[in-house]
Amino acid sequence: MSAIIELRSITKSFGPVDVLKGVDFTAHEGRVTALVGDNGAGKSTLIKGLAGVQPYDGGQVLFEGSPVTLHHPRDAARLGIEVVYQDLALCDNLDIVQNMFLGREELAGGTFDEGRMEAEAARALQTLSVKTVKSLRQKVASLSGGQRQTVAIARSVVKKAKVVILDEPTAALGVAQTAQVLGLVRRLADSGVAVIIISHNLQDVFAVADDISVLYLGTMTARLEASQTSRDDVVGYITGTKRMTEVDA
Amino acid sequence: MSTETENEGPKVDVVDDAPSLLGKGGHGGVGDAVRSYLQRVRGGDMGPLPAVGGLVVLVVIFAAANPLFLTERNIANLFTQAAPLVTLGMALVFVLLLGEIDLSAGVTFGVAMGVFVKLTQPGGMSWPLALLLALGIGVAVGGFIGFFVARIGVPSFVVSLGLFLGLQGVMLVIIGAGGTYRLIPSPIRAIQNQNLPPWAGWTMLAVVLGVLYAVALLDRRRREKSGAPNPPATIMYAKLGVIAVLGAFVVFYLNQDRGTAARSLEGVPIVVPLVLLILMVGTYVLDRTRFGRYIYAIGGNTEAARRAGVNVTLVKWSAFVVCSVLAVVAGIFTVSKVGSADAAMGREIVLSGVAAAVVGGVSLFGGRGRLVHAVIGATVIAVITNGMGLLKFSAGANLAVTGGVLVLAATVDALARKRSGATGV
Repeated sequence: MSAIIELRSITKSFGPVDVLKGVDFTAHEGRVTALVGDNGAGKSTLIKGLAGVQPYDGGQVLFEGSPVTLHHPRDAARLGIEVVYQDLALCDNLDIVQNMFLGREELAGGTFDEGRMEAEAARALQTLSVKTVKSLRQKVASLSGGQRQTVAIARSVVKKAKVVILDEPTAALGVAQTAQVLGLVRRLADSGVAVIIISHNLQDVFAVADDISVLYLGTMTARLEASQTSRDDVVGYITGTKRMTEVDA
Repeated sequence: MSTETENEGPKVDVVDDAPSLLGKGGHGGVGDAVRSYLQRVRGGDMGPLPAVGGLVVLVVIFAAANPLFLTERNIANLFTQAAPLVTLGMALVFVLLLGEIDLSAGVTFGVAMGVFVKLTQPGGMSWPLALLLALGIGVAVGGFIGFFVARIGVPSFVVSLGLFLGLQGVMLVIIGAGGTYRLIPSPIRAIQNQNLPPWAGWTMLAVVLGVLYAVALLDRRRREKSGAPNPPATIMYAKLGVIAVLGAFVVFYLNQDRGTAARSLEGVPIVVPLVLLILMVGTYVLDRTRFGRYIYAIGGNTEAARRAGVNVTLVKWSAFVVCSVLAVVAGIFTVSKVGSADAAMGREIVLSGVAAAVVGGVSLFGGRGRLVHAVIGATVIAVITNGMGLLKFSAGANLAVTGGVLVLAATVDALARKRSGATGV
């Protein structure tokens, strides 16, 4: 299977500090790829590059097989790369539909086509089989943490994203809500989206990921299939006590 | 991809069996709509309810205390007295929604009107040209504040406080200490001193209702077309009905002859349709255009708006320009009412403008409030001023009561926020 996103020997340094030292990474359509690693391993830097927020210094980015440049968030958005940030970036005072369409409102005759936006929002939530939201016209302030995460993820569906990057989507959630969000992530991938999930929680990673990529001090030390590995192995790679000599793409 | 859930680990399942409300958009029958409204109110989202309640109480008290209060002449007077404050309140809503403030809005219109009145003195400029110049001053001042707030990042409180002081200096230079310039008769004078013929008052009401009805119908048609459910039509008719009844009452009242035996005086003051126009266009902009939506978004969560691709700098900047230009319009209404401009013009009204918005339910913290809230709040303050004046209270007592109402309103806002914080998230 060909990768929708392929990073080849990506480098990035901040002054004298090399944060990424030639990282290779791939994400595939319809699969959940977990990006794990200890604090300071370079996860955020790798993701910020993909989002176009902090361009890489060197290396190659292939999108659907052809080289692209990601120098600005707009570049990423144009390719269909969406990032769902940890702090969710929702406006509490707006309702669900308004949040999902923020920045890309549907206009008809110069004014908002609220009906169309509401219908599309409903469809997006249906693709994700979300049924826990009572009304689409609820203010986001009145939603639970899990529901807020749901809205943030559904926003990427509305945007017809091809690649969705989730930064610690379950970090602040309780057990039941974590399960909900992981189910959502799974269905998002099943709908054909390439999902990249950053998580510290290995239980979540094994629950939802197809592939696991481990960053250790700026190098990709392991790229594994979740079903072929164990939690102990992954912990080993994360802490640097284990190392993969060759990595199969 | 893979079929169903074949991944190991904890079983994940969100689909509960509760019947889905999705696709209903939360709208059911009339009962559901009323229930959800009550729920919002209980959740702390009271909007202008306290102000409307306060307004009713005030009107009853003043009407009982002084028979002059509800006379046709006083009601008409109330409308023209309130117009500048209503307009200034609406102007400030644009920046208050961002969580910003413009303390210089009052003196901005002071300067603009000082220039206008001085330039249109006999032998001077023609009034339309001077009017354009006055509005241009609004654009310039708003652009100035917007530049420092949106581009540089100086708190709007400080920038506009600086302008509040600086523009008073400009006023002194233009008008001279203690000087007063009389407004020469022109259509500007007519705004607050002439009335629509009775038939035009009714036409105005019909146009307002027609526009509201057409917009509501268009909305329903669009929703139907995209398969989104419509709220019950009864709600729409009920809203329109309330506006129609209130509007008809006001127009009828203002169309009564309130003149003297020698000279009849009747009709809706010209300022009323102008204020209504600003209210309707402004509400349209805030509710149905990107600019308006982004103002709310920035007021709610600036970072979220930025990440969603909103040009935060541009929206903020423009909002300050809109605020200052509308403030100049409030100045036009003031100068039309007062008939002259002096060096202190607009110095005091700005805080009443902020008070009007807050009393009406606009949040000082940004993101919550509508133009109509400022209209209601300004009406409350105007009624207090008018009613206490009729009861021969001193200006001091009037200011004290207005201040008390403001603190009360801000307290209600803070409590509401606390409450919604407790029920939400």
